[in-house]
Amino acid sequence: MDRQRVEEAAFKALMLLSLGVLAASLGWVVLTVLVRGLPALTLEMITQIPRGGFYLGGEGGVLNAITGSLCLAFGATAAALLLSLPIVFFLQKEYGGGSRLAALTQLSLDVMWGIPSIVYGVFVFVIMRYVGLRASLLGGIIALCLVELPIMARAMQEVVKMVPVELKESSYALGATRLETAARVVWRHALPGLLTAVLLAFGRGIGDAASVLFTAGYTDNLPSSLTEQVASLPLAVFFLSGTHLEKVRQRAYACGAILLVMVLLLSIGARLLARRHQAYVQR
Amino acid sequence: MPHISIRNLNVTYDGHPALRDVSVDLPDGQITVIIGPSGCGKTTLLRCCNRLIDLTEGARVSGSVLIDGANILDPSADLLALRKKTGYLAQKPYPLPMSIYDNVAYGPRLHGTRDRRQLDQIVERCLRASSLWEEVRARLRKPAAKLSVGQQQRLCLARALAVEPEVLLGDEPTSALDPLSAQLVEKRLIELRGDYTVVLVTHILRQARRLADYVVFLYLGELVEHGPAEEVFGHPRDPRTQAYLSGEVS
Amino acid sequence: MSRGFRDRAAAAVMGAIALSCLLLAFGIAVALVLKSRPILATTPIGRLLLSSSWRPSRGDFGFYPFIIGTLWVSGLAMAFAIPVCLLGAIYLSEYATSRVRAAAKPLLDMLAGIPPVVFGLWGVLGIVPLVSKLGTRLGSFTMGYSVLAAGIVLAVMVFPIIVSVTEEVLRKVPLEVREASLSLGATRWQTTKHVVLRAAFPGVFAATILGFSRAFGETMAVLMVAGNGYAQPHSLLDPAQTLPALIANNFGEMMSIPLYDSALMFAALLLLVVVLVFNVLATFVLRAVERRMA
Repeated sequence: MDRQRVEEAAFKALMLLSLGVLAASLGWVVLTVLVRGLPALTLEMITQIPRGGFYLGGEGGVLNAITGSLCLAFGATAAALLLSLPIVFFLQKEYGGGSRLAALTQLSLDVMWGIPSIVYGVFVFVIMRYVGLRASLLGGIIALCLVELPIMARAMQEVVKMVPVELKESSYALGATRLETAARVVWRHALPGLLTAVLLAFGRGIGDAASVLFTAGYTDNLPSSLTEQVASLPLAVFFLSGTHLEKVRQRAYACGAILLVMVLLLSIGARLLARRHQAYVQR
Repeated sequence: MPHISIRNLNVTYDGHPALRDVSVDLPDGQITVIIGPSGCGKTTLLRCCNRLIDLTEGARVSGSVLIDGANILDPSADLLALRKKTGYLAQKPYPLPMSIYDNVAYGPRLHGTRDRRQLDQIVERCLRASSLWEEVRARLRKPAAKLSVGQQQRLCLARALAVEPEVLLGDEPTSALDPLSAQLVEKRLIELRGDYTVVLVTHILRQARRLADYVVFLYLGELVEHGPAEEVFGHPRDPRTQAYLSGEVS
Repeated sequence: MSRGFRDRAAAAVMGAIALSCLLLAFGIAVALVLKSRPILATTPIGRLLLSSSWRPSRGDFGFYPFIIGTLWVSGLAMAFAIPVCLLGAIYLSEYATSRVRAAAKPLLDMLAGIPPVVFGLWGVLGIVPLVSKLGTRLGSFTMGYSVLAAGIVLAVMVFPIIVSVTEEVLRKVPLEVREASLSLGATRWQTTKHVVLRAAFPGVFAATILGFSRAFGETMAVLMVAGNGYAQPHSLLDPAQTLPALIANNFGEMMSIPLYDSALMFAALLLLVVVLVFNVLATFVLRAVERRMA
């Protein structure tokens, strides 16, 4: 009996230690980047584009990357939203739910969820070369959309699945069609979760580098058109961090801090939004 | 003139029979109560009347259900118009995720009513008809989810009435309510009879005795006995009915 | 346009979009296979996978060092992550109060949301110097960009997915099973060890597979801390290059050397196949577990 107690106590200690490691790693990552990055963050960094010699220590900022990332993420998230919603509603029982197409679509979504973003980047790059499109904002949006789509769809599916069938039946019993029920009742009930899914995907969109590496290119200018190359924050961090010059590396840290703060704010925002809309939904 | 005629209705769930060859006429303008032990097909029968049974996976239905002479089980039947004709009260009230006003206005809006004043009138009329008006008139724009369960069920009644049905179907509509709210809902249903044909499912015999004009007794999916309430309650013919009414079977 | 018509039209559009999603997934595989054909035509697949000779200008494309590099880095990440995540998930599922669990969820979500490049920065700032110090302590000089550094960074990156999937699987074990064990006089730990984990084992296994798959495909963080050598790593302190890093590093060159682009497409195909197999396997296992527990 004593051996059991000792074993249990030992494992409990290990478990708590593990939880500590999990929490500490989050803290370590966030603190490291913020502590090294925030001091190097100047107003210039976020309001100016790189001037000549920026990568060698000269003047300028990363406004090109900030706006570039925002354009990429907005475009990709909007596109992914337009595709996700119909797919997720389609997978409900009253639409395609039990059919072969639905099962295969579900499988595709599961498969796509696991595909590394660099593979999407390569794929879109191949397609782009085939149709003659060069590295551009549009290419980056397409690649990012592919990355975001399975994430958004999975998160939305979780929420839509939880809409009580009796609620939908109340709507059908009043003579509503599936479309009307989806557009007037289901989305409202699922709204907090749907918004969270969108924010989740958006966060992914501003943070992903591998997919935009080949497809969006890079530039020192602000985004000007869909067919021009565009900078992105993750790539800015990557390029700036690879130099020997400490001053330029500092800029990489500052960029990283900007990115981290953006993502953390999105995360908090998603949570707050979810709480505010609880009022309209009966538990 | 029977409002609802059920002929040779058979329902199976994944092959297991839930209703066997049920044929009965439900009278117009009266309250019909479907009684029977749990699991014997009461809810199934009810859900055939507005084809909510379509939404249950694995359900196979054969036979016919005629409302005003037209078979609603016919694949070519106008489902939306049918559901407009039949109002439905579930056991647990499910207010739609919108304001009280929008809940009641939901049905009319679906079916084309857009005029603001018309909707206002409908909302008031239906909330009065379900004894909820006085309690909510000052907060029509507030979320319906904030109402108490009893109020929510009355809201669902108002919502159902708003589409101007001819038939009201209720699946144990008071079983989730406190006694006071239950009483209120029962009173409303009694008063609505005459203008509406009401069909209720209940497992509470006392409620059945209070409300029923006509009784349908189902046992293990079979229609055992049916008739005017005084007859079935007073002189049940079938031994199974007698056993159930005397409390031996529940 | 009648309401019924609108409904049916919408359903058709939704079905079409679902179909195109399906075709897309298929198309990715097809496109990569097609682009890999040129190199597969000149070099037998055995040579591609097992040769260590990487001389693109001579047409030599031996992926072995990079395959090994990817396996080492991912494997190391799992070695770090599995114990921590398993123990953490067990605690959250079996011992933690709902308040602790509620606090853990945002934590894990935040960790999951941090962009890979930020993890890379942390790796460069925090882990690489430590590895360098460790190397000096052990007598072998290293800048710190190594398999070890990448393994640590990747481990932290996969923490959220392994913990959350494992915790979910553990929670799905029915309460009655636990109660049966407890009512026979077992302690909570004995119940966990002998009953819950045994029941949930396939699901836990699937969770680790998902984590491994995620680590396998990570590009940016590895690019920044693993060193990007072209030789096979022989110790944890050696630099390594993973398949994703290889593709990312060389896409600029690939246009100028014949067959280079096809070789990199092949690398991407390899990546896709490995990740696909693991993910599909894990998903099936998880679905089967869900059905069994329900």
